[in-house]
Amino acid sequence: MAPTSSRRSGYSRRAQYNLFTGYVIAGVGALIGAILLALSFFQPQLFGGLRGAAQDGISPATQTASTVRTGSKGFWDTISGYYRAGSKNAALKREMEIARIRLAEADAVKQENVQLKGLLNLKDAETEPVAVARLVGSSASSTRRFAYLGAGSNDGVEIGMPVRSPRGVIGRILEVSSGSSRVLLLTDTESILPVRRSKDEVVAFAEGRGDGLIRIRLINLGINPLKPGDVFVTSGAGGYYPPGIAVAILTETTDDGGVARIISDPAATGYVSVEPIYEPEAVLGAETPIERELTD
Amino acid sequence: MERNDPRSRSDAYGSRINRSHSVSLANVVPWASIVVGSILPIFPIASALPIVPPLGLLMLLAWRLVRPGLMPVWAGMPLGLVDDLFNGQPFGFAIVTWSLVMIAVELIETRLPWRTFWQDWFTACILIFGYLFAGWLLSGAQPTIHSLIALIPQLVLTVLIFPIFARLVAMLDRFRLTRWKAL
Repeated sequence: MAPTSSRRSGYSRRAQYNLFTGYVIAGVGALIGAILLALSFFQPQLFGGLRGAAQDGISPATQTASTVRTGSKGFWDTISGYYRAGSKNAALKREMEIARIRLAEADAVKQENVQLKGLLNLKDAETEPVAVARLVGSSASSTRRFAYLGAGSNDGVEIGMPVRSPRGVIGRILEVSSGSSRVLLLTDTESILPVRRSKDEVVAFAEGRGDGLIRIRLINLGINPLKPGDVFVTSGAGGYYPPGIAVAILTETTDDGGVARIISDPAATGYVSVEPIYEPEAVLGAETPIERELTD
Repeated sequence: MERNDPRSRSDAYGSRINRSHSVSLANVVPWASIVVGSILPIFPIASALPIVPPLGLLMLLAWRLVRPGLMPVWAGMPLGLVDDLFNGQPFGFAIVTWSLVMIAVELIETRLPWRTFWQDWFTACILIFGYLFAGWLLSGAQPTIHSLIALIPQLVLTVLIFPIFARLVAMLDRFRLTRWKAL
């Protein structure tokens, strides 16, 4: 294509100034962007309000899209169910898959019960979810793995609360605005979750690798006891997540642990529930610097 | 009476008699289409890989390369600001990268005034590669080798989809300059 003549200002002073100002604004814009970027590296939550407002602004569209998404998924499930042996078969299969995960979680509970046998007068209250909502979107073009949830501070959602689906852990609330919130998914490279093997006391950290897999890093190094197929559940350490929720299933072992797949894929879930922080005192303790006293 | 050429009084943008371009449409369409491109990647739920191309940047590049002279050099700043609200990167990332992309295209255009579509595609390829690599480096998280490998499908898809966006922009440009009935 022929070059445009707009860059040639000729003898016109006005055109020359316009052109020059354009370049100056472009350079200043890049500079402002660099400053904002540096700022948000040191204070990641600084522009959370702006982002939240933008999310709330487009929430009618995202809510509708997520309704259609979950609706169409159910539709396809039914079709594929008929293709095999009727929709009942599909429902049963889904149920059995969850039952298998539940079985692994039950192993964890059994193990925990053995530990707690000697202790009496333990309060074991069932926790009510703070909110139940759809995942309305995600940062699909970014390296980071965030999801957007259709519930916010109006529904009682707070930063740090765990998000789970019927299958297992999805992630943790990172930013909250009035009608929506941002979830840090398990597969993000910044996500670290204390876990343990469901059948015994092998404790580890589950870290996102950034490519959809989870790296399991054992805390006690030595002979690696893990085998492919091991199910990992939350250990409850750290205070954010209640213990015993399914997290990941091991696919291969490495020197210091293994590589695992997440059990609860956010893309395949309809509704998720936000639960209160399991032990707020523990979280507060972890956030308090060592120099400061925790109790009065 | 039959005319020799029934389209003799019209051109690609419609009939010329009693019709004129809409000023607001001609000004709004490029900016609005880029903003829509910035918002669209929100909708799919990608839990494993960044699979959706950065559609806002693709739209900006397509407008800049298919219709040179239409977007001002400084367009990267306001449009990047909008993109930053939705893209999941640290705030300011799109402002700085989009501004640099616009300046880079300007420089390339000065060096190579006579270009064909292949050269434009090549330019877009290099800029997209740089953008995605910078996105991996400046994502606010620890850049790992696994997340770099996970970038490859997105990169390939983005490069391959650019010609489609160039055609889309050509279509939008025809729509932008359509003549409407003037009263």
